[in-house]
Amino acid sequence: MDYLGKDIFSIHESLVNGDITAEELTRQTIENAKKNDEDINAFVVFDEENAIKQAQEIDKAGIDPDNVLSGIPVAMKDNMLTKGVLTSAGSKMLSNFKPIIDGTAVAKMKEAGTINIGKTNMDEFAMGGSTETSFHGKTKNPWNLDKVPGGSSGGAAAAVAAGDVLVSLGSDTGGSIRQPASFNGIVGMKPTYGRVSRWGLIAFASSLDQIGPLTRTVKDNAVVLNAIAGKDEHDMTSSNKEVPDFTANIDKGVKGMKIALPKEYLGEGVDKDVQDAILAAADKYRELGATVEEVSLPNSKYGVAAYYIIAPSEASSNLQRFDGIRYGYRAQDAKNLEELYVKSRSQGFGDEVKRRIMVGTYSLSAGFFDAYFKKAAEVRTLIIDDFKNVFQDYDVILTPTAPTPAYSLKDEKDPITMYMNDILTIPVNMAGLPGMSVPAGFSDGLPIGMQLIGKPFDESTLYQAAYAFEQNTDFHKQDPKMGGAQ
Amino acid sequence: MSEKISKETVSHVASLAKLELTDEQLPYFTDQLGSIMGIFDSLNDVDTSNVEPTFSVTDQINVMREDVADNWGQRDALLDNAPDVSDGLIRTPTIIDESGD
Repeated sequence: MDYLGKDIFSIHESLVNGDITAEELTRQTIENAKKNDEDINAFVVFDEENAIKQAQEIDKAGIDPDNVLSGIPVAMKDNMLTKGVLTSAGSKMLSNFKPIIDGTAVAKMKEAGTINIGKTNMDEFAMGGSTETSFHGKTKNPWNLDKVPGGSSGGAAAAVAAGDVLVSLGSDTGGSIRQPASFNGIVGMKPTYGRVSRWGLIAFASSLDQIGPLTRTVKDNAVVLNAIAGKDEHDMTSSNKEVPDFTANIDKGVKGMKIALPKEYLGEGVDKDVQDAILAAADKYRELGATVEEVSLPNSKYGVAAYYIIAPSEASSNLQRFDGIRYGYRAQDAKNLEELYVKSRSQGFGDEVKRRIMVGTYSLSAGFFDAYFKKAAEVRTLIIDDFKNVFQDYDVILTPTAPTPAYSLKDEKDPITMYMNDILTIPVNMAGLPGMSVPAGFSDGLPIGMQLIGKPFDESTLYQAAYAFEQNTDFHKQDPKMGGAQ
Repeated sequence: MSEKISKETVSHVASLAKLELTDEQLPYFTDQLGSIMGIFDSLNDVDTSNVEPTFSVTDQINVMREDVADNWGQRDALLDNAPDVSDGLIRTPTIIDESGD
């Protein structure tokens, strides 16, 4: 099954009408995804056996006509625990790890009737923005095979863009759902911190990580968030705020909506084509009856510096658990326990992970804590206050998702340049706000995404604004012609 | 804050993090960590003298639950992930190095 031009609702109709069974759909989905993967390498592993078995069970019980997710094949990022199925977080460290549980988001998707066909490729431990640091090789962008798919949820985004699946779940710590969604011309939502349980998500930076859906359309995205949101007793940071039906107000339009356009997000370093696409989107919103006004978020420019202290600090702590003892990679030539830790970690982690562990360890170490970690946490407060100010007068903030379209797979990349690419998405994680990327243009055949940022737990308004834009533009209707730029 | 990080410091940090760097890796990582630390200097421009730090943005405070034991009954599946198992126990090398070096 090739999902280009389709959505959950059209496939659901075929399933309900009996045009296709869940088993046939699942078999065809895996067949097509495997074929595409010869070009793009979006998947780390396919879980054909369980997927077919689950599809057969759904066929036996009958497709639920009131549940649009019943029998829909999906994919999971490789840092989300899937019972009995390889979960490596893109790392040699976990290249043989099979969890004994499903994470909460994975379990909820299963309960909702979706069928997981496999695990998608990612930067090692979600540390990166290009999926180039994966132990399982690079993933390619379906729009142009010489370009990166973005990251860290690069496989998740490429799989949806290529038409492998309609839905994948990703995780976002500094932009890892939104930036690949932007690079692949699809819709990606990072919900409010606490909206979706992180239980069973391999931790990178616990105060920033959040799971969310990547889809071909805005409404599909809202349907999936409905399924995975909510309080979970296994994650004490998951919120007990009521979960609304995110599709309820989706078609209410933007008339009277107040949209803020922060000038700092359209400045130096942002490609001309990207700037133009966002200004055109602002005009489109005005045309649809919204007010769009320039605002200022003056402290967002410190977001990258503060983030690359906070995220590595949390990561250095979270990744201490990988010691070669109970699970994961173990070095073979250790003479004693200390050597076993050191050699297993030195051989099991890649360079980017080592860099971040060391930066984090340094930032937290005696004598540097106040100057680095605490200072970054204070700047984080200022970034949050900027957003609070703007949201007193506005409903939604509009920015580019990434400063550029997808860049080349071949270029040599230094860490600093890579880190600066996250400048537009990081402040949203720092403040724990919901943010989503929506297709908003093209540059030389490569997609451009716009970012919509909302008030805490107000994903509904984001979907409403995103849907209005989508229904009045045709960027989402264009599909990659696999193998080269258009 | 702006002083470049030294090879000795990087070596020390690596050992704290239970990582070892080869002679080729040490200058490579020292250089990169120096550049990364360089971007942190911009934070000195920000006056945070009256600002409280934010360590978490969760809306949940002191979540309580009953302290109940939960047997997952998956001992064998858990041990399947362990690199070295003997008689249902995970095996490790000796804690004290007996090789004499």
